[in-house]
Amino acid sequence: MTEHIVLSAILFTIGCVGVLTRRNALVVFMCVELMLNACNLALVTFAKQHGNLDGQVAAFFVMVVAAAEVVIGLAIIMTIFRTRRSASVDDASLLKY
Amino acid sequence: MNDFPWLTLLIVVPLVGAVVTAFLPRARGSALPKQVGLAFSGLTLVLAAVMATSYATDGGMQLEEQHSWISAAGVHYALGLDGLGLLMVLLTVVLVPIVLVASWADADQGSPHAFVGWVLALEAMSLAVFTATDVFLFYVVFEATLIPAYFLIGGFGRPGRSRAAVKFLIYQLVGGLVMLASVIGLYAVSSDAGTPSYLLSDLKSLDIGTQTERWLFLGFFVAFAIKAPMFPVHTWLADTTEKATTGTSVLLVCVLDKIGTFGMLRYCLGLFPGASQWATPVVVVLALVSIVYGAFVAIGQDDVLRLIGLTSLSHFGFIVLGIFVFSTQGGSGAVLYMVNHGMGTALLFLIAGFMIRRSGTTLISEMRGIEKVTPVLAGVFLVAGLAGAGLPGLAPFVSEMLVLISAFNHAWWAGAVAVTAIVLAAIYMLWMYQRTMTGPTPTPVAVEGAPDLGRREMGVVAPLLLGLVLFGFFPMPLLNVINPYVESTLAEVGVTDEPSVVPVSDPVPAGSVEGGQE
Amino acid sequence: MNLTDMSLSVFAADAGHVPVLDPTPASGAFTLLWLIIALPLAGAAILLLGGRATDRWGHLLGTATVLGSFVVSLTLFISLLGRGAEDREISQHLYTWFQAGTLDVGMDLLYDPLSALFLLLITGVGSLIHIYSIGYMAHDERRRRFFAYLNLFVAAMLMLVLAENYVGVFLGWEGVGLASYLLIGFWQYRPSAAAAAKKAFVMNRVGDMGLSLAIALMFVTFGTTSFVAISAVSGEASQNTLTALGLLLLLAACGKSAQVPLQAWLLDAMEGPTPVSALIHAATMVTAGVYLVTRSNFIYELAPDAQTAVVVVAVVTLLWGAILGCAKDDIKKALAGSTMSQIGYMMLAAGLGAAGYALAIFHLLMHGFFKADMFLGAGSVMHAMDDDVNMRHYGALRRAVPVTFITFAMGYLAIIGIPPFSGFWSKDKIIETALADNWVVGLFALLGAGITAFYMTRLMLMTFFGEKRWAEGVHPHESPKVMTVPLMVLAALSLLGGVMLIGDWIVDFLAPVVGEPPHEELAVPPIVVSLIALAVVAVGVTIAWMIFGRRPIPREAPQEVSFVTRAARADLYGDAINDGLVVVPGHAVATGLTTMDDVVVDGAVEGGSLAVAGLGQTLRKVQNGYVRSYALSLLGGALLVVAALLAVNLA
Repeated sequence: MTEHIVLSAILFTIGCVGVLTRRNALVVFMCVELMLNACNLALVTFAKQHGNLDGQVAAFFVMVVAAAEVVIGLAIIMTIFRTRRSASVDDASLLKY
Repeated sequence: MNDFPWLTLLIVVPLVGAVVTAFLPRARGSALPKQVGLAFSGLTLVLAAVMATSYATDGGMQLEEQHSWISAAGVHYALGLDGLGLLMVLLTVVLVPIVLVASWADADQGSPHAFVGWVLALEAMSLAVFTATDVFLFYVVFEATLIPAYFLIGGFGRPGRSRAAVKFLIYQLVGGLVMLASVIGLYAVSSDAGTPSYLLSDLKSLDIGTQTERWLFLGFFVAFAIKAPMFPVHTWLADTTEKATTGTSVLLVCVLDKIGTFGMLRYCLGLFPGASQWATPVVVVLALVSIVYGAFVAIGQDDVLRLIGLTSLSHFGFIVLGIFVFSTQGGSGAVLYMVNHGMGTALLFLIAGFMIRRSGTTLISEMRGIEKVTPVLAGVFLVAGLAGAGLPGLAPFVSEMLVLISAFNHAWWAGAVAVTAIVLAAIYMLWMYQRTMTGPTPTPVAVEGAPDLGRREMGVVAPLLLGLVLFGFFPMPLLNVINPYVESTLAEVGVTDEPSVVPVSDPVPAGSVEGGQE
Repeated sequence: MNLTDMSLSVFAADAGHVPVLDPTPASGAFTLLWLIIALPLAGAAILLLGGRATDRWGHLLGTATVLGSFVVSLTLFISLLGRGAEDREISQHLYTWFQAGTLDVGMDLLYDPLSALFLLLITGVGSLIHIYSIGYMAHDERRRRFFAYLNLFVAAMLMLVLAENYVGVFLGWEGVGLASYLLIGFWQYRPSAAAAAKKAFVMNRVGDMGLSLAIALMFVTFGTTSFVAISAVSGEASQNTLTALGLLLLLAACGKSAQVPLQAWLLDAMEGPTPVSALIHAATMVTAGVYLVTRSNFIYELAPDAQTAVVVVAVVTLLWGAILGCAKDDIKKALAGSTMSQIGYMMLAAGLGAAGYALAIFHLLMHGFFKADMFLGAGSVMHAMDDDVNMRHYGALRRAVPVTFITFAMGYLAIIGIPPFSGFWSKDKIIETALADNWVVGLFALLGAGITAFYMTRLMLMTFFGEKRWAEGVHPHESPKVMTVPLMVLAALSLLGGVMLIGDWIVDFLAPVVGEPPHEELAVPPIVVSLIALAVVAVGVTIAWMIFGRRPIPREAPQEVSFVTRAARADLYGDAINDGLVVVPGHAVATGLTTMDDVVVDGAVEGGSLAVAGLGQTLRKVQNGYVRSYALSLLGGALLVVAALLAVNLA
């Protein structure tokens, strides 16, 4: 069990660092997905440990949400890319003070 | 006229008037909205006058209405009228038509629909404030008065008015917020004691712990002190009167500000008698500071409208002083002062407005010698100024004397400080008159044809002048309403007047010693 | 000077018996009492509200109302004389003015010997001055308004002396102040007139603070402000209270009667039209302070310290005014200085207690006659000289304006105290009584008489004698009948007024109100005092003649003069003292507080809102638009929550 949790933590950390450090919107997006999947792994692991399905159900919810997010998020990134010719998140910083 | 909801009708009529005026067809330069508004305010005046005839002077709370509103919190829609409320209602309904007529030209600079509509809305809200007998209802309408007031200040007047309106609003909202805390606190206390109720009558019988009472008192008092206004929370006043139209200033200073002192009497003294007495030393000192400070600062002003606004700081100091010395003379003097100040300051603002329209400036340093061109205007201006300075024979004198006497009775130094106001008031009024009205070469007057007061303007100032002189010599009709109210209030607080040092052997009052003559 | 001399205080305390007022309700003719006030009041109201429509006959109506009041006053006076001495106090309750708790203030009138004499003076001299003004103001386009204000003044002054309580007195007191303000500033287009009017009103108000506080203290002490009620119980109040009352009333009297230290407004008040100076600032209003002290005898008799204060103020003013009178070249200001000085004599008499009240009133009446006579005479001279007031531009007018000269001369002889003119009887008695009471005070009074003789002789010589020093184009002419007839009447009164003292009539007449004067023994017979006084007067006249009669008078005032003259020309630096002590600091306080209001009080509020705005400005920088920095703060927040949870769970 511990290995699964540790793996989950490592994956989450990689995702986290990726979100914080990368500029490319697609990479950031993939890192977010990585964090979501790290969470899913943890949820499934705990479900197995406790012997009920709650965690697995929660993992399904996360997947559905992630899928929806991908649909909308990719669309937004595409639109931004089309207008600005760039997929860098730092360039899309107009919404500020 | 027992069960008929007279007070609700009184509030609804101007409110309906406001809505009707707002939706009138918009023709350019049409006087229709002003005429309709005047008709509605006139109707309100008639209604109030009819009500006043049925009022029994020593009958306590009358014409009561009561319906449950939010039963979970014990909130009621409850109205009632006592002596204080009656006078404030009458003051309001008399001043609103006068303001509408006086602002005939001012209203046209924006949309007259909006001006008249907001004025009527303000009248309705003020009437509700003066008749509410449920603390929660009072709070709601207390805050609601700010909406029309904000738009009146921000929409009409001199450049810089938006900023003044925001300052006014924030000041008042801060006060309202503090009061809200106390209103909620009252709910807590009242539900602890059993069923929650916001009715004044229920809250008065509530037994509140000393500490709690003081905190709750403070919440209400701060709100009312900002409203009144008192030193040091007065700085919205001059900014507002400087920028707003004089009609708006009349409504603000003569009606809306009265809510402050009205609230002190009805809520601070009524609900928290113990805490009110506890706070007396501080409040008396603040009132004295207001009196002297307001007068000195008024002397230093160069803007007519700021000056008049600041004189009110001094006058409200007198009112608060009268309330918090806890004696019959002080209480009666304070309530009478509220009425007299309403008339006197209204006249002063309006006549100053007429003067400013003619001279085209609000700055004293740019005016001179106007008396030569407009002797009648100058005469009325002088009378209004002298009324503000407490000249005997004009209404404010009686109230000022009563407050002075009671202040002296409270502590000799309080009387000695307050009395300096009669010199300072003479200085600010007469100096202003000297600089604006006298001198060899008059300021060019902007109104062609008839530079002196026109028919409409005379119609505006005449009732106020009449009131000032009439109540200067015959204030008893007002005092007959005030005295029973003050006596019952002081009885609730649980104080009695100190007897004089040397008892006069003859118990019959001095006036009737030599009686005899009709 | 040793004014706290025991003899003064002990004597006053000995006076003992204070008469209690005990009026009977008005009946018969006395029910018309209210009419005396109502007539001029109605006149003022009609003339002010009627506007231009009343321009043509306004002056006639104004005069008629005052004449009407005079007729009623005279009728009542005769009826009063028909009553027994103990029955001469009549009260009339009109209505309750205001009432709250135990405070009950009635619109009550009190008609007794004291107010009866005042009524005759006010309406009598008032009528004459109204008649005179018809001629004097004939060419002023605002003549109607002038008469309206005069009527208002008469009504207020009558209220002052008829009121039965201190609040009623205050009504009249401020009413005459208002009328005085309006009339001093009648020619508003002159900045000096407007400033003088305001100065007079404000300085009066300083005195009014005293009256206001006195009313408050009376209510606190006695529970009433009525003369009748207080006179019955004043003895029961503590000594400190009575002294405080006396001093507060003295403050009020100082303001109204232009006594030191509130004297500075009177000379400036001469900016008003001359009939105003005659009526208000010589004959009636400025004597209201003397009335107040006399009326309050039931307080002063029991407060010897306050009486001492009255005497001190009176003596200082008596000399102060006399010195001013010596140096002024403006004929009206010289007369105003003299008025101040003469009121000092009245206050001195009133301060001497029961021995002096009647003499104060006597001198007040005589002064009303001869000073009104001289002021109106001065007006007539100014009329002749195209409104020039500088005496250095007069000279040799006795031929040009003979009637004015003769009437003025009679006033002159009266004021310097030459028998048998009225002033001799009244002033001589005061000096005598003062000497009997305290020789220091008496000597000052005597000195004052000498100075009076000096400056009045100077005035006479400069105006009517010597060389012609007229400005070019001035052709003096005698005034019309409507102006000279009042002068003749007043001159006759100045000559004959002394009859009131025959057999001590006035003293006995006033005794029910102010008490019987104690019998005091002077070391020397009264005739000796009179002779000494006459000798002092003769010295004063001689010195004046030596300086101004024998030598030509320059048209321009010489600038190389002694310090004393310079000081007197500058009103003994009264204005400088006021400016230095009150006006300048007061203005500084007003300016300072105004700045403070903007910077500190409002600054705190505005500063608070600025601080909030500044905080917002700073904090919004966090919102930088970079996703990663938002994510970092999100992470930080999440870590904080986790840490907090852990901390709670582990603890």
